[in-house]
Amino acid sequence: MRQQGTAVRDILLAGGILLAFAIAGVALVTWTFQGTVERIEDNQRQALIQELQQLVPPLQYDNHLLEDTLEVEDNGLLGLNRTVTVYRARLEGEPVAVILPARAEDGYIGPITLLVGIYTDGTVAGVRVVEHSETPGLGDAIEARRSNWINQFTGRSLDDPETADWAVRRDRGAFDQITGATVTARAVVRAVRDVLLFYDQFGNELFAVQEEAETDQVGDAGEEEPPPDDASDGDDGTGDD
Amino acid sequence: MTEAVVRLTREGLWTNNPGLVQLLGLCPLLAVSNSVINALGLGLATLLVLVLSNTTVSLIRHGVRREIRIPVFVLVIASFVTVVELSMNAWFHELYLVLGIFIPLIVTNCAILGRAEAYASRNPPGLAAFDGLMMGLGFAGVLLALGAFRELLAQGTLLNQAELMFGPAGEALQLTVLPGYDGFLLAALPPGAFIGLGLLLALKNLLDQRRAQPRPILKAARPGQPG
Repeated sequence: MRQQGTAVRDILLAGGILLAFAIAGVALVTWTFQGTVERIEDNQRQALIQELQQLVPPLQYDNHLLEDTLEVEDNGLLGLNRTVTVYRARLEGEPVAVILPARAEDGYIGPITLLVGIYTDGTVAGVRVVEHSETPGLGDAIEARRSNWINQFTGRSLDDPETADWAVRRDRGAFDQITGATVTARAVVRAVRDVLLFYDQFGNELFAVQEEAETDQVGDAGEEEPPPDDASDGDDGTGDD
Repeated sequence: MTEAVVRLTREGLWTNNPGLVQLLGLCPLLAVSNSVINALGLGLATLLVLVLSNTTVSLIRHGVRREIRIPVFVLVIASFVTVVELSMNAWFHELYLVLGIFIPLIVTNCAILGRAEAYASRNPPGLAAFDGLMMGLGFAGVLLALGAFRELLAQGTLLNQAELMFGPAGEALQLTVLPGYDGFLLAALPPGAFIGLGLLLALKNLLDQRRAQPRPILKAARPGQPG
């Protein structure tokens, strides 16, 4: 009986010590988190802005991209199958471009995440790879800092080349492949084409919905800009079909 | 005291080096050593965690019962790793993004738990901290050697992307050692890490052998020396 009592006391004591250390650890982490959280969020915002500015040159718009966003439902063309955030660039209230996220599931090793900027006339403003796991030295040529390959999309649209020619040269398409990484190049070309198809279907809504969004949703749309009432419909029709 | 310091230095940097002798923490060692800057980033993070955890474990060594010491050590290490991770995210955001999962994975680096259990839990804080420093330097040194070897072979550069660590001024640190070099892809890929580590191990063993041998050779050579 006595033995049992000491055993129980030992267990409780050990548990208590463990608990004390767990609390101390959590306290330390919490304290660090509170000290860094603002800076981390700031870093993430900065990183995102820098990424977005590579897609649409900052001189071409005057609004806050991170504040002028729209949530849209992906119908599968973006490869994300969830609600995605669209960033909208405007100059003096007039729509200039949208930036859409997309994902190519069929990369050589894993999915490739992209950001695609599209001007209101349906031409590509720029494409950047956000995340990928392609082979270093081969497939990673899709990164802008490794090669110029990704820039060949700039200025292209569904008319240029024809939708059927949105493929790499080996597949009789109009785009350069990457030596040793045809699968990767193929996946990116297809993903960019699908984003353009998505824009072709829903481009009009990407700017138009904003008025509703502003009244319905609290928050993320910038209040300082004038409502671009007439501009939103006329300018961004792609007139492709 | 000084004797212990000398011994700890020699053990951490050479005779009991975590990377080359204990072969602990190979996962980050092999994965992140593809460039000098990556190696430096992870090496310093590991060093910091080692010193902090060794010191703390030594300070609490009398208060922790034997049966729960391992979970307590893990808690201590995990807390410090999280602190380092958050700090890197705040102050070296781009380097943090490059190193990615390998910063939280410092927790699983057996070298750290190994030093907590084998040394820090049995010795006073000063010595434990010094042991952590030397073991950390030994580990970071191997990371750096492997990183330099692989970056040089893969791209012909050293300290590429130094701005991730040193800010915009770091760009001036980049060295193109072999201009016009085509690159050797294998060195940047995982096999390059294994081959590089193998060569480093061979080099260390060779040096150790050389050091062990000279005496008899010298003795034999002396009588034949003219003059």
